[in-house]
Amino acid sequence: MSTASRPSSKAAKPAPQTEPASQKKIRVLTLKLGLDGHDRGVKVVSRALRDAGVEVIYAGLRQTPEMAVEAAIQEDVDGIGISILSGAHMTLIPRVLELLKERGAGDIVVFAGGIIPDDEAVELKALGVAEIFGPGTSLATIVDFVNGRLRK
Amino acid sequence: MALRSKTSPEDSRAGQAPKPASTISGVPVEALYTPEDLGAFHYDEKLGDPGEFPYTRGIYPSMYRGQLWTMRQFAGYGTAEETNRRYKFLLSQGQTGLSVAFDMPTLMGYDSDAPASEGEVGRCGVAIDSLQDMEDLFAGIRLDQITTSMTINSPAAILWAMYIAVAEKQGVEPAQLGGTLQNDILKEYIAQKEYIFPPEPSMRLVVDTIVFASRHMPRWHAVSVSGYHIREAGSTAVQELAFTLADGMAYVDAAIKAGLDVDEFAPRLSFFFNAHIDFFEEIAKYRAARRLWAHIMRDRYQAKNPRSWMCRFHTQTAGCSLTGQQVENNISRTAFEALSAVLGGTNSLHTNSMDEVLALPTEKAAQVALRTQQIIAHETGVTNTIDPLAGSYFVESLTDEMERGALEYFKRIDELGGVLACIENGFFQREIADAAFRYERELEAQERIVVGVNAYQEGAGSEVPTLKIGFETERAQAKKVRALRERRDGTSVRNRLTELRAAARGQGNLMPVLIDCVKAYVTEGEVMTTLKEVFGVYREPTIL
Repeated sequence: MSTASRPSSKAAKPAPQTEPASQKKIRVLTLKLGLDGHDRGVKVVSRALRDAGVEVIYAGLRQTPEMAVEAAIQEDVDGIGISILSGAHMTLIPRVLELLKERGAGDIVVFAGGIIPDDEAVELKALGVAEIFGPGTSLATIVDFVNGRLRK
Repeated sequence: MALRSKTSPEDSRAGQAPKPASTISGVPVEALYTPEDLGAFHYDEKLGDPGEFPYTRGIYPSMYRGQLWTMRQFAGYGTAEETNRRYKFLLSQGQTGLSVAFDMPTLMGYDSDAPASEGEVGRCGVAIDSLQDMEDLFAGIRLDQITTSMTINSPAAILWAMYIAVAEKQGVEPAQLGGTLQNDILKEYIAQKEYIFPPEPSMRLVVDTIVFASRHMPRWHAVSVSGYHIREAGSTAVQELAFTLADGMAYVDAAIKAGLDVDEFAPRLSFFFNAHIDFFEEIAKYRAARRLWAHIMRDRYQAKNPRSWMCRFHTQTAGCSLTGQQVENNISRTAFEALSAVLGGTNSLHTNSMDEVLALPTEKAAQVALRTQQIIAHETGVTNTIDPLAGSYFVESLTDEMERGALEYFKRIDELGGVLACIENGFFQREIADAAFRYERELEAQERIVVGVNAYQEGAGSEVPTLKIGFETERAQAKKVRALRERRDGTSVRNRLTELRAAARGQGNLMPVLIDCVKAYVTEGEVMTTLKEVFGVYREPTIL
């Protein structure tokens, strides 16, 4: 995971035990899946989540499903936010879901954004994607979703 | 005549001061502009006649009276055969130039059967793996009768080599070919992120194409220095203008360093700007671009040929201004944006289709987009008079403001060590990400209204038919490239790749060996794999 950017103050170990469980920060891995490099949306969403108190690990561009799942498990995240605008979502996102299940990490919440037609969004949700955020989604909607669905 | 002061009480109704306003980029805008805003305005210095230095009013004396802009709709999807049919349709509808959209694997240098291509083939554009696909793409289209723009960057030299080889098979000499290669790698590192090699070998490839064009292809624009993607990534208008022209200077520097005289290649440099929704800001941006570039080329680079001073550019309406909500509204947005490009004197134009926020356009949507240009050209009357907004207190003030903002950025970029240093230290990326985030926050706070998105909503999403690319394209394309590898002369492929490896390690121009490679049906992926072995691959500093 040489491309992942992690805040240097954040070592890859669990939060101190003294911290009450209810105050444990939500951890989200955000990334670009597939070949397209359009990272405006994923960056804006990552910043909005970070401003809302979510711990965001942005893995960057051209992640494969294997890289995404490996990073999610290593980083012990609560959710994965996938951005994809290339049209390869019906191939790549189901593979992320399968790999998570295979690795026993099916509890990690997967949500996605980008150019995903409505009918395909329905299919992806049936496969287990928690939410698809299309163009024009407000940042507040995404922050509320993460706070609501990912808080344990 | 007494000038009315902008702040005088008689200007405001019932004693209310006008609400503060700014362009979509955040440039403050007054409620009223007067001659005071222009100060000592020297016509010859600031504007000049059309076709005269500094070309603020346009690069040609007669502009659209002489010739309309080129209506060039960007198109490509699925297989080469499917896209060929779309091209023939567009040409039959009055389009005057072709513009090739490639799919993601082609843009990133992978063949259609590569693992990285899975799910991506033919989706964002047409899949081209080898000369065979390029032959199919232009079957029945005489390459000396049209001009073609190819939107490709990291592997640009290879696709260009294929185009040259197709022409040769048609009996058309390279010198007869007209068109544009986007080939602007700098904005890939800055904004669109379709880079492959590190900046230095990438710049070498660009310079090789510039040199090759200047020697053999006088009608070809080897680089289209692009602000479009910078703007789409979230920049302001001033950032788009400044970063694009800064990139342009970096190419000029590199070509001069490679031993070319500035006037040998500068007349063939072209630019590509975004037409965003803030009408007057965009017009001011285009006018400022021409004035800035004229001064840069004449004063900084001592270019002597007036053609070297001219900033000629293509414009595309802003994809990022389109909304997934109430999709039909995008027709209006695109029309306003296209009008600003025309009033700003663009040399060619692509109008987006209303459904491009959801998928690649349907034929119907693409036709409406082209018709929008034709309505502007033939019905509105705006083509009758050149640079009709010149002398407007507002437009001239905003043009000056764009210029001032760009000059300030040039200074900062120089202080930070130039364009390549600013890519490596993340300056551009940070500036753009900050602007994008600021804009999104303004939408959240309803400081800016986007119809159908944060006001005037209508519930569920729009029901418009969208173009679907099936998985059969990928299967067919993968099969085609595998069959080609079986069929072609393997020895000649190996020899060409050995020559390519040696040439890449050396200093010579890579274009001749690339042309030899594609003629032997070496695939794009094979060429790129070989070049990656020599040049390495780039990883960007990740900036949020």
